[in-house]
Amino acid sequence: MAVLLRNLLRHSPEFRIGAVLIALVLLLAMLASVSPYPPDIVYVVPPDLPPSPTYWFGTTSRGQDVFWQLSFAIRNTLLFGCTVALTSRVIALTVGLISGYKGGWIDRALMSVNDTLIVIPLLPILVLFYFVMRDQISWLMLALIMACFGWAYDARLIRSVVMSLRAREFTQTCLFSGMSTRQILTEEHLPYVLPIVFSTTMNNMVWSIGLEVTLAVLGFTDIDTPTIGGMIYWANQHAAMVAGVWWWIAFPTLAVVMAFIGLFLLAVSANAYIDPRSRLWTTGGGS
Amino acid sequence: MSSGVPGASMSGYAAYVGRRFGQFLLVVFIGINVAYVITHASPIDPVEQSISAVSSYGNTAPGAIEQMRNSLRDLYGLSGTPSEQYVLFWKRILRADFGPSMSAFPTPVATLIGRALPWTVGLLSVSTIVAWGLGNLLGGLAGYYRQNRGLKLMGVIAMGLHPIPYYIVAMLLLIVFGFVWPVLPITGGSTMNLPQTWTLEFVLSVLQHAILPALSLILIGVGSWFLGMRALVSNVLAEEFVLYAELAGVKPWRILTFYVMRNAIVPQVTGLAMSLGGIFNGAVITEKVFGYPGLGSLLVDAVYAGDYGLVLGVTTISILGVSVGVLVIDLMYPLLDPRVKIS
Repeated sequence: MAVLLRNLLRHSPEFRIGAVLIALVLLLAMLASVSPYPPDIVYVVPPDLPPSPTYWFGTTSRGQDVFWQLSFAIRNTLLFGCTVALTSRVIALTVGLISGYKGGWIDRALMSVNDTLIVIPLLPILVLFYFVMRDQISWLMLALIMACFGWAYDARLIRSVVMSLRAREFTQTCLFSGMSTRQILTEEHLPYVLPIVFSTTMNNMVWSIGLEVTLAVLGFTDIDTPTIGGMIYWANQHAAMVAGVWWWIAFPTLAVVMAFIGLFLLAVSANAYIDPRSRLWTTGGGS
Repeated sequence: MSSGVPGASMSGYAAYVGRRFGQFLLVVFIGINVAYVITHASPIDPVEQSISAVSSYGNTAPGAIEQMRNSLRDLYGLSGTPSEQYVLFWKRILRADFGPSMSAFPTPVATLIGRALPWTVGLLSVSTIVAWGLGNLLGGLAGYYRQNRGLKLMGVIAMGLHPIPYYIVAMLLLIVFGFVWPVLPITGGSTMNLPQTWTLEFVLSVLQHAILPALSLILIGVGSWFLGMRALVSNVLAEEFVLYAELAGVKPWRILTFYVMRNAIVPQVTGLAMSLGGIFNGAVITEKVFGYPGLGSLLVDAVYAGDYGLVLGVTTISILGVSVGVLVIDLMYPLLDPRVKIS
């Protein structure tokens, strides 16, 4: 693991930049635990102050310190992304492994559902969901429903890897030595699939956080939990750009853009590392 | 193209069309069922929600509340047994009958959607085609001329832009062209007081208003097609037929277009079909940001106004519209990849 990280750091500029960006974002998120103000109390500091040595990122029209509010928001947003990504990984792995290994009608049935979920436009469905749930909508509920829709693309990827693994000799050996399907899948095939799962996790986080920001700026989520989208929503509600309180929008936007680019670059470099041909190319022919 | 008997390839094409059409029906079926489950199986009763919202404003006679409850139950399709409700739901959708809009009473929901649909279709199709074409062209060049500095820089920009959600890009464009350098119209689909007829002035105003929404859709779209095409081209370049063509003295431009990009474009068409839903999601939010009079703005405003029929109608039409788009792309696919006709 340490060698892998060192190699990536040394040879992949994408990984270097991505790691720095994510480290900064994570640091900001971790600072939430030492915040002097609780996240949901308003008018704790004088409103509408520009960035200054006392209030690094300024204060909002609701009397909150943008810096500490942002650290809660980015923490919640990242947690949201992780929840969606982990839950949808479980579904993607299950469907991908079974579909690729079993083949036949099981594969066809699972992949029809899979292709359907890839095609369906999710935003209108989530908006409908919010419309029905209204104030009852919670952070976890939204994460779970997004996870139910967000596994399809990666399940197809996993399936294609498992299909090629099934054709290899060691699968036959496992089968003849009496291993059950579950054992073959979890003990033999899963290790080959995990690197791809790792890189798709980060892409999935980019996707789910993007959707969450979109829903939140419209006010279609639980707006009392501070998230990046929620911060922008409140800033828009107070017409922050017109009032000249630009720091209320600029810093959340900057933080979330850093998170997006960081996650994406990590995914790209992980992808390049998984593919042996491009790994040789990036590490200069040696290993 | 010249493989096998013409009859055999025709039946292969028919089988392909049949399969794709089946998938199209399945997408619509599952999509509508998801909408049904969300609206009918949720633990929250939307009728009671609306009633408590209305009655919280002041005293309402109990009889009036009872009447309102009944008419809302009818509107939401919640009267009768679950199987009756399910049949009713499908009937309404197949007839495109979502009742009158509550927020624009008594205009039918279907009329509102019909009015918004051309705007969305126009914006979405033009920006998608431009983004896809431009991204593929530039990506192909970047994969072929790996050392070109300009194309390398473009790759870096694409990598930075591609993961950013549509909302952020649209908002940044709005800030830049609305506050910092106000040269373009930032809201609406055309100038307010123009009659919507085919005059030159109206068309120009529509085009001018479409620049910013289209630009934000294109900026993000180009990035993903660029990166995809660049990777595909570098894979195809490693194939032996490219080396053979180079040794045979085929001109580089011809190799790039007819040998390399011709092969790399096929998975990009599949990619377009697969990402159409995501592009539509982006269009919804972009329209809202720029106040563009399409389906996206209609949907968001309908939620704010608490207009159930309109929300359900737009959701259904979106599922249907995106599925039709995917079907059209799928049906064009054999033109690019003749192999589907024989398999």
